[in-house]
Amino acid sequence: MIPEIPLGDWVTDLVQFLRDNLDFLFQAIRSLLGGLIDGLEWLFNLPPSLVMIALFAILAWRLRGIQFAIFTALAFALVDGVGMWEPTMDTLAVVLVATLFAVAIGIPVGILAARNAVVNAAVRPILDFMQTLPVFIYLLPAIMFFGIGTTPGAVATLVFALPPAVRLTNLGIRQVDPEVVEAANAFGATQNQILFRVQFPLALPTIMAGVNQVIMLALSMVVIAGMAGAGGLGAEVVRSVSTVNIGLGAESGISVVILAIFLDRVSEAMSAIGQPPSE
Amino acid sequence: MSKIKVDHVYKIFGDDPETALKMLNEGASKAEIQEKTGQVVGVNDASFNVEEGEIFVIMGLSGSGKSTVVRLLNRLIDPTFGTVEVDGEDITSMDEDQLRELRSRKMSMVFQRFALFPHRTVVENASYGLEVHRLPLEERTQRGSEALKRVGLEGWDNNYPGQLSGGMQQRVGLARALAVDSDIMLMDEAFSALDPLIRREMQDQLLELQSELKKTIVFITHDLNEAMKLGDHIAVMRDGAIVQIGTAEEILTTPADDYVASFIEDVDRTRVIVASSIMRWPRETVNPHDGPSVALRKMKEAQLSQCLVMESNRKVVGVVREDDVVRLSRERAGSIEAAIDDSVPRSKPETPIAELYAAAAETSVPIVVENEDGRMMGIVPRISLLAALSGEDGTNDS
Repeated sequence: MIPEIPLGDWVTDLVQFLRDNLDFLFQAIRSLLGGLIDGLEWLFNLPPSLVMIALFAILAWRLRGIQFAIFTALAFALVDGVGMWEPTMDTLAVVLVATLFAVAIGIPVGILAARNAVVNAAVRPILDFMQTLPVFIYLLPAIMFFGIGTTPGAVATLVFALPPAVRLTNLGIRQVDPEVVEAANAFGATQNQILFRVQFPLALPTIMAGVNQVIMLALSMVVIAGMAGAGGLGAEVVRSVSTVNIGLGAESGISVVILAIFLDRVSEAMSAIGQPPSE
Repeated sequence: MSKIKVDHVYKIFGDDPETALKMLNEGASKAEIQEKTGQVVGVNDASFNVEEGEIFVIMGLSGSGKSTVVRLLNRLIDPTFGTVEVDGEDITSMDEDQLRELRSRKMSMVFQRFALFPHRTVVENASYGLEVHRLPLEERTQRGSEALKRVGLEGWDNNYPGQLSGGMQQRVGLARALAVDSDIMLMDEAFSALDPLIRREMQDQLLELQSELKKTIVFITHDLNEAMKLGDHIAVMRDGAIVQIGTAEEILTTPADDYVASFIEDVDRTRVIVASSIMRWPRETVNPHDGPSVALRKMKEAQLSQCLVMESNRKVVGVVREDDVVRLSRERAGSIEAAIDDSVPRSKPETPIAELYAAAAETSVPIVVENEDGRMMGIVPRISLLAALSGEDGTNDS
């Protein structure tokens, strides 16, 4: 017989230990993330919704053309019309901040993993862990560390959305034609020159596909974040479920979908910027 | 002093090169070593010198180690044993910084599949080496542009490589190598990926550039015709070892072993073999002042129906035919001068024999090989031209 392994106790003790000893760190993260999200929420809700809708439509027009601009204007008008404007802007703020941090952490880690076999071997299981562990399992410790509110939701979102940034950066750099890298070497380029002027620009389309994935995953986490006490559309969805309010569910649900389509198409179009034309 | 000196260089891929080296010295083959130790012998005891201003061709089939050898010269691959000297400096002991300096100042490289940077414009590609040198943008763009002009790509500066044909892309690769103005150019199967017509055009362009720039070029190829056309010296490789080094003609006329011999079977020999290497001395000549009967006797003894007429200073003035000499003899003429036909095909000693076939087809008179002063060095009879085609070297007088 295998003796009983008190894994649960260990983890509980670990979480308690971290709470007792690293509280300053959690407070700092809470201030940083919370502050950024609050700031963005305030900013997005500052102008009248019509001005924001116009800005979104202009962005859509510049990036993808008139058709998408018309869709954007109509779709966000619908969001505003069903009274979901403010929660949608709150959710946008959370998604953008989580994406920003996921990219800021994920791309450097991905670059390291592409250039170093040891880092690669260490990072892979961690990424698998982050993506497959049921979200609630780390939402609980997150709430214990950061308290109820926007921050634990954003942290859980960050953890869940980070892996594609690492994976696709890693893949993108590895996929760069080795002969091109050899050419750079043959002309005496330094490792940094090769990374920043050859590998990274050539990997950029793949990396941007990763960023697109990060945004989509972050958005799919908003409901969970709502449970942790973050506001936004997640909170509306949770409220509609707990009060069996089908109408509210439809209104908040459709707003999530509209925001998702908008962010997906915009980030996709952004990844094509700066790519050379092919024949 | 040689520009590049490669001295007993080995490249063994694997974690136990010492054992592999020992087995090589005991005469084991590449395949045996790989089977017994898992070590892959990339280059086996290569030694050669490349002189300043020459095109040195390394030729071999795929897997013969030729692409590894060229990468040992700028240490994109580190040799396992042996030394490589460039301008008298041992590059095998250089540290990273010295190596970068060597690669960026002294050597430039052209790649088989071009290896251009697809995200940069043509001129940004051409000026890449200068960017590595941290030259100001304006200066490097100007020099990149000049290099592009040199390879015939004027006006394409702001296109992207993806918009260019294969031949044009490799011109960009060539411009990138020329722009840094290094002494040495390494060309790894630079023209192998191109269509035959474009390839020939690029070869001609390279020779033209070379006559002007006088770089030291190490050129890798699997194409013997290309090797023969470009190479001042050619090294033939097999299984990581160099089996023969020589000029195109040396390799063609005296192959070192059966492998080289089988390699050169398909080559267009007529473009490599020159008139002087198949010429022989005529069995007999007559002097323009000879009387008809003297001339006739000489021709009969040598069993010739026609005979070259040569002055005593070895200048050929023409040819006489038996019938005409017989006629003069009956007429009791004083000399054969009246019978001399001055339409004799002539050639320089360095003319490839490919250029002699047309002349040989028009007349049965042997082609006279003359030096710069117009003195005869020998003749090339038709039979020797035919023999050269079949691989007989045609130098023995039969």
